[in-house]
Amino acid sequence: MPDVQPDIAIRHRQGRFTLDTAFSLSQPWTVIFGPSGAGKTTLLRILAGLAQPTSGRFHLAGRTLLDTENNISIHAGQRSIGFVTQQPALFPHLTARDNVAFGIRHLEPERRATRVAEMLRLFGAESLAAQPATQLSGGERKRVALARALAPAPDLLLLDEPLAGLDDASAHDILVRLLSLQSSGQVRIVYVSHDLAEIWRLPAEVLFLESGRVTAIGPLQQVLAPHREHLLQQLR
Amino acid sequence: MDLQALWLSLRLAATTTVVLLALGIPLAYWIASARTRLRPLVEAITTLPILLPPTVLGFYLLVLLGPHTAIGRLVTHLTGHPLAFSFSGLVVGSVLYSLPFAVQPLAAGFRSVDTALLEQAQLLGAGRFRTLTSVLLPLSTHSVIAAAALCFTHTVGEFGVVLMIGGDIPGATRTLSIAIYDQVQEFSYAAANRTSLLLIGVAVLALVILYARRVPNGAPNA
Repeated sequence: MPDVQPDIAIRHRQGRFTLDTAFSLSQPWTVIFGPSGAGKTTLLRILAGLAQPTSGRFHLAGRTLLDTENNISIHAGQRSIGFVTQQPALFPHLTARDNVAFGIRHLEPERRATRVAEMLRLFGAESLAAQPATQLSGGERKRVALARALAPAPDLLLLDEPLAGLDDASAHDILVRLLSLQSSGQVRIVYVSHDLAEIWRLPAEVLFLESGRVTAIGPLQQVLAPHREHLLQQLR
Repeated sequence: MDLQALWLSLRLAATTTVVLLALGIPLAYWIASARTRLRPLVEAITTLPILLPPTVLGFYLLVLLGPHTAIGRLVTHLTGHPLAFSFSGLVVGSVLYSLPFAVQPLAAGFRSVDTALLEQAQLLGAGRFRTLTSVLLPLSTHSVIAAAALCFTHTVGEFGVVLMIGGDIPGATRTLSIAIYDQVQEFSYAAANRTSLLLIGVAVLALVILYARRVPNGAPNA
């Protein structure tokens, strides 16, 4: 496992909305849970380097990726962060194989091919390698997007509701495969969701994000206890 | 039929199209992605030739490239001959005159590519050049073809700019449209008719190539 001791402190104002969070990724899995509009996606985009916060700092794997006080903001492509969103955004003109290979062009062709096959196999998508991205189903696209994000062996994988819109069987299968990453311990994962049934299965530290602020942090049951009634209503 | 003029027009149009794609692709990429205050100004300047009468553009180019300006003298020193009244001068004039016909469709094509794809390319370590060559251009082939077809036909048909910069030198600067003008001046209406039909044919062919690449609504995009 890489020596990851990240510190995250982000403050971001967007109109009347303020995101103000400070936490560490102390576990291999961190779940950010909260209602729509809480700032989950904004936070992930800032961590990925796709958006610039008003102020903040972000340390990951011994590197300072963001420190607005010292004018440091590492480019998204050099942060060693994978990001998979609800819409997988596969390159439509490429095959599944070429999509996964996109971020590892620097590898020798043989090593690249091995890595691509390994990543596709990890998500049960090895048979899709030669398929054009446009011919993949929703679930297949998610599998290829996850394989693509993990191919460059990032230090951190950001997952923004990656299972949204999938049928239960596909979602469960992908989740099990993602959980197998925990045992290999190769990457830290920040998993955003507002689906309680989804995060219930994850061995993660949970951050409850409300209106841009972390209001609770800790094990799932402890964090969600004050919201029990509301969440049970959601499940019904 | 003035075959010399036909060959010159085709050579001019092909050269102009190649130069315009080489210049227009990076310029359109910058216009489509820049977040600086300069962008509207640059976009306005590149669009200006659409609004200017061709003779105005041709006149200022003739003055600018003539022997009485520093630019004109520098070009003469570097190339050994003045740009005015030469094929190279026609290319410079045509490139400027048709610039919006390259930049506008290319910029529109680049802007239509899903931002999420560009962000993924960025996250996967692609720099601006690789994002352009590996994502934007393959996803904007229709726009590239449209730009090329428009530049080619626009150059084949241009009159004012080439007449002002190049004059009417057979084999050197007399293009098809100038040949038509000459034929009409000489009351050779039959010859003017044949040359005009040829120009119409070139334009129709370019448009057929352009529209053949468009996929009807609801049809799968090959």
